[in-house]
Amino acid sequence: MQPLLSQACWDTLYMVGWSTLIAVVGGLPLGILLVLTDRGGLLQNVLANKVIGQIVNIARSMPFIILMVALMTFTRWITGTTIGREAAIVPLAIGAIPFFARLVETAVREVDGGLVEAVQAMGGNTWTVVRKVLVPESLPSLIASTTTTIVALIGYSAMAGTVGAGGLGDIAIRYGYQRFETELMWITVAILAVVISLIQFAGDYAARSLHRRGGRSGPAPKLRLLKASTATSKTV
Amino acid sequence: MITTTGLTKVYRTRGREVTALDGVDLHVREGEVYGVIGQSGAGKSSLIRCVNLLERPTAGTVTVAGQDLTALAGRGPRAGRELRQARSRIGMVFQHFNLLSSRTVQDNVELPLEILGNSGRERSRKALELLDLVGLADKAKAYPAQLSGGQKQRVGIARALAGDPKVLLSDEATSALDPETTRSILQLLRDLNRQLGLTVLLITHEMDVVKTICDSAALMEKGRIVESGTVSELLGTPGSELAAALFPVGGEASGDDRTVLDVTFHGEAATQPVISQLSRTYNIDISILGAAIDTVGGLQIGRMRIELPGRYEDNVVPIGFLREQGLQIDVLGREALLVKDGAQ
Ligand SMILES: Nc1ncnc2c1ncn2[C@@H]1O[C@H](COP(=O)(O)OP(=O)(O)OP(=O)(O)O)[C@@H](O)[C@H]1O
Ligand SMILES: [Mg+2]
Repeated sequence: MQPLLSQACWDTLYMVGWSTLIAVVGGLPLGILLVLTDRGGLLQNVLANKVIGQIVNIARSMPFIILMVALMTFTRWITGTTIGREAAIVPLAIGAIPFFARLVETAVREVDGGLVEAVQAMGGNTWTVVRKVLVPESLPSLIASTTTTIVALIGYSAMAGTVGAGGLGDIAIRYGYQRFETELMWITVAILAVVISLIQFAGDYAARSLHRRGGRSGPAPKLRLLKASTATSKTV
Repeated sequence: MITTTGLTKVYRTRGREVTALDGVDLHVREGEVYGVIGQSGAGKSSLIRCVNLLERPTAGTVTVAGQDLTALAGRGPRAGRELRQARSRIGMVFQHFNLLSSRTVQDNVELPLEILGNSGRERSRKALELLDLVGLADKAKAYPAQLSGGQKQRVGIARALAGDPKVLLSDEATSALDPETTRSILQLLRDLNRQLGLTVLLITHEMDVVKTICDSAALMEKGRIVESGTVSELLGTPGSELAAALFPVGGEASGDDRTVLDVTFHGEAATQPVISQLSRTYNIDISILGAAIDTVGGLQIGRMRIELPGRYEDNVVPIGFLREQGLQIDVLGREALLVKDGAQ
């Protein structure tokens, strides 16, 4: 039982870790682009904004299990297989990119336009604005968004068991639901709860300590993002 | 130093058009503090934002330090390299400071230098020097959230000076501050203007600001400049709204059959006992309705509202006497005549 569980833990972390990394790398620029290309944005381009927005919406409203099936060809092309951990990372990451991008968009929109203007008045270009203003000023919110994404990914990764990727969720379903080994199921549920709490705690702590340093007034970004994530999780 | 010709800005939002600037000709001389005053919505912010092309003018040209910025602007909405370089030589301070909350005070001041590509050592040397100049050397490592409004604006000013600008633009820099702090920030701007020869264009809706530090001023109404000139020119312009607002005296005529005059004293004339001379020479009784002495734009001036018995026609000679003494006389309620007199 012990090796089974530790293998499952490791599988979950592996899948979630890689897919989070890819989601951040892909979602961050996408979210920023959504803000910049919007009406009145620095790179205003209404058509591009509509197109990106639509793609993000469609991808985000796709149930994960369907996404996994729909992406099979693509997954095989990337990883050479459609089963196992590596194969699960592809749909997880692709599902999480638009999810994270929307959170990034919300966070970046919160940045005071006056700061953008100040940097423009200093002679900064759009790239400078992104690097020196948009990202650092929304960092606490971005960290909170990442936490939300990780937690959501842990949830999705349970479904990845259906393609033989293993992981904690897979154990809970296979042993608990299908074989009525409730003890094992409860243990995995407990482990999941602890892992999620730890991640949430670490994320909140990081966001809050940055936030305190900046000391801005207004509600903590966490609350806003939690609201955003409950709204989005309905459509997932 | 800053010249705009025929500057026009029309905002188009969903079919509606707002003409915020309607052919503004502004001329700010090198080394002066120039104040633009006007009511809310007059177009002051639009004007100052057009000067460094944060807002693209619909028509007209902007020249700063001999460089035609409108020519650098290009067609697209984005600022090209040349325009960005020109902007880096124009400092700007904002009403709400616009400091990055994620950076320390020193790092905020270093930001323009990062954009200019200065080395790390050079940046911190310059930033500390500027913080010293604005009196915040001890706050270098603090975050903006830990500062008072006045301190934040000092950081804003230090940051605006980082690129060694010749020109400083200030949009309501003191409007978010209390009177005491306002005074100290204005004093700082004045000192910088003197020490560094900095040309300052400032926007305000407070007459006190103009009074305290401006060499010249312009009054804006509905997107146009309706009056402008050096403070002494304005004070010397009969019927000038700005002059009256800069230096108001109160007092109402006590009856119909009276002539009310505003007498303005500059320099020499202020020391002569003209009123008693007038009274003795023409044997008339003069009542003083109101009087004030003040320093406006560094000039000592006095203004007195006096009442003479009889109508204007009866007082042409005494008024002529006062004018001969080098005094500026505004006859109240005779706008038309006044302008004619002034033209002579
Ligand atoms: N971005 C914009 N889009 C549309 N209309 C605008 C925009 N900015 C300003 N205006 C309009 O232009 C006019 C002038 O505005 P402006 O901000 O220049 O006035 P102001 O003199 O600075 O006023 P205040 O003292 O309130 O700051 C106003 O009628 C305003 O509604
Ligand atoms: Mg304004």
